[in-house]
Amino acid sequence: MQNIRIIPRLDIKGPNLVKGIHLEGLRVLGNPEDFARYYYENGADELIYQDVVASLYERNSLHEIISRTAKDILIPLTVGGGLRTLEDIRLVLRSGADKVSLNTATIKNPTFISDAANKFGSSTIVVAIEAIKQSDGRYLAYIDNGREETGIEVIQWAQKIEELGAGELIITSVDREGTAEGFDIDLIKSISNVVNIPVIAHGGASTMSNIIDAVQTGNASALAIASIFHYASMKKLLHTDSDNTEGNNSFKNSGKNFSIIEPCNISDVKKLFKDNNIPCRPIN
Amino acid sequence: MLKNYLKIITYPVGQSINIMDIKVAIIDYGLGNLFSINNACKLVGLNTIITKDIDVINNADALILPGVGAFGDAMNSLNNNNLTQTIYQFVQSGKPFLGICLGMQLLFSESEEFGSNKGLNLIKGKVVKFPSINNNGDKVRVPQIQWNQIYAEDKNRWKNSPLKDLTEGTYMHFVHSYFAIPEDKNDILTYTEYEGTRYASAVKKDNIINNKKIQNKSQ
Repeated sequence: MQNIRIIPRLDIKGPNLVKGIHLEGLRVLGNPEDFARYYYENGADELIYQDVVASLYERNSLHEIISRTAKDILIPLTVGGGLRTLEDIRLVLRSGADKVSLNTATIKNPTFISDAANKFGSSTIVVAIEAIKQSDGRYLAYIDNGREETGIEVIQWAQKIEELGAGELIITSVDREGTAEGFDIDLIKSISNVVNIPVIAHGGASTMSNIIDAVQTGNASALAIASIFHYASMKKLLHTDSDNTEGNNSFKNSGKNFSIIEPCNISDVKKLFKDNNIPCRPIN
Repeated sequence: MLKNYLKIITYPVGQSINIMDIKVAIIDYGLGNLFSINNACKLVGLNTIITKDIDVINNADALILPGVGAFGDAMNSLNNNNLTQTIYQFVQSGKPFLGICLGMQLLFSESEEFGSNKGLNLIKGKVVKFPSINNNGDKVRVPQIQWNQIYAEDKNRWKNSPLKDLTEGTYMHFVHSYFAIPEDKNDILTYTEYEGTRYASAVKKDNIINNKKIQNKSQ
C-alpha cells in the first residue's frame, strides 16, 4: 500500500481564502498564504489552490499568490480554476505550481486533457470531477464550480480521463462539500475501482471513522480536506491576518466556531492513520 | 535535500569560494519544473540562470537538466535546440551535472515510453514502466504519486555522496510512471520500493548525479 497523502485544499477568491458549502456561500477565512505556510509546517503532503470563481468569470488571477507561495513552501502545489488553454497552464506552472487541476475546459473539449498531458507530462495534469448524485442514484459531472450540469456520467468520464492521459483524478462530492457530513464513500470507491491512476477524494471530510473509510473502503490515494483543517487553523492564524476587507468577513471577524464542523489538525489525521495501520509520511 | 546536492555541486570548485560566484545553469528546453528548481536553488543562495544558450551553459560551473513530460518529446526538444552535444561536452569537462526526474531518465541509453526512444546514453541502462499488477495480483496505481523512502544501495557510496548528511529512509516526493534500470549496479546510489518493485531512485556516475525524485520539493 502506498503512503496516503493529506492535501489541504485552499479555495481562493481574489486575495482571500474562502470556504463555502456545496461550493456556494463563500465566507472569508483569511490570507491563503498564511494557511499554506501553516499546513506546510505542520505535515501537509501537498497543497491545492483552487480559484473558485475563475471558471465562472473566465479568469485565473492566482499567479502572484502562487509565486509568493512557491518561493519557500517546498511541497507540491496543485493549482486549479479557470485554466482553459495550454498557455494558461504554462503561466501557472511558470509562477511555481507543480501540477494543474482542470475541469470545466475538459468537459467542453476532452482532447484538452491529452494536449496538456503531451505537452506538460501526465504527472502534471490532474483532472477534477465535480459530482452530484441524482435522484436515480447516478452521479453526474458538473462544471463551473458545481453550478452547471453536463449530463455526463462520472464513472465513464473518469475512465475517459485516464485514457486521455491525466496523471491523477480529484473527485469532489458537491453534495457533501463544506458540510462535514463525510466523504461519499460509494462515489470514491466507484471511481477508484475503475481507474489505475491515483484518486484524490474531496468533499465532506468529517469524522475520523469516515476519513479511515475513504482510504480503506473507498481506496483513495489521497484526501483533500478543507473545512475541518481551516477551522482548526483559523484560531491560530487570526492574529496574523491583514486588514483585508474584500468579501464577506463577518464570520471571520465574529470569532465564532462553525458549529457543525469538528475542527482537527493534519497531525490528528496522521495519528489516526498510524493507529489504523494506514501508511503515510510521518510528521517530522 | 536539494541543498545537499547543491553543496556537492559547488564542492569541486573549492570551499573557500563565495557560493554566489558559482554559476548554475538550468537547461530550459521548453519542458520541466524549472521554476520550482530555480526557487529551490535560490533558497540555498545559488546564482542560477535558466537558459538554453550554449555559451552560457559552457561557461557555467554546474549544470542541471530538469524535466517533466514525455521522454521522446524531451529528446527531440534537446536535439532541436542543439543541446545534446552541449550536454556531452559539459559532462566531459568534469564539472558537476545533476539530472532531475525526466532529466535523470534522459541520461540512460533508451526508454520504452511510447515505443522505444534513444536517450543520451551517458549511463548504460534502460527506462521501463511500472508493472500494472504487483506480485499479489493487486492493482498498482501508476503514476506513483507519493512521499516514498530512499535507502542506500551501498553504505559507502551513500557516505561519499551528496546524501551523506541524510539518514536512510528519508522521505522524498515521487511522481513518475517509469524508472531506470542501470546496467552497472555500481551506478546505483539509492533504491526505493513501490508496490513490490525495487528500483534505483538515484544514481551517481563520475561527475553525474541523477535523481528520480522531485527533490526540490523535499526538505
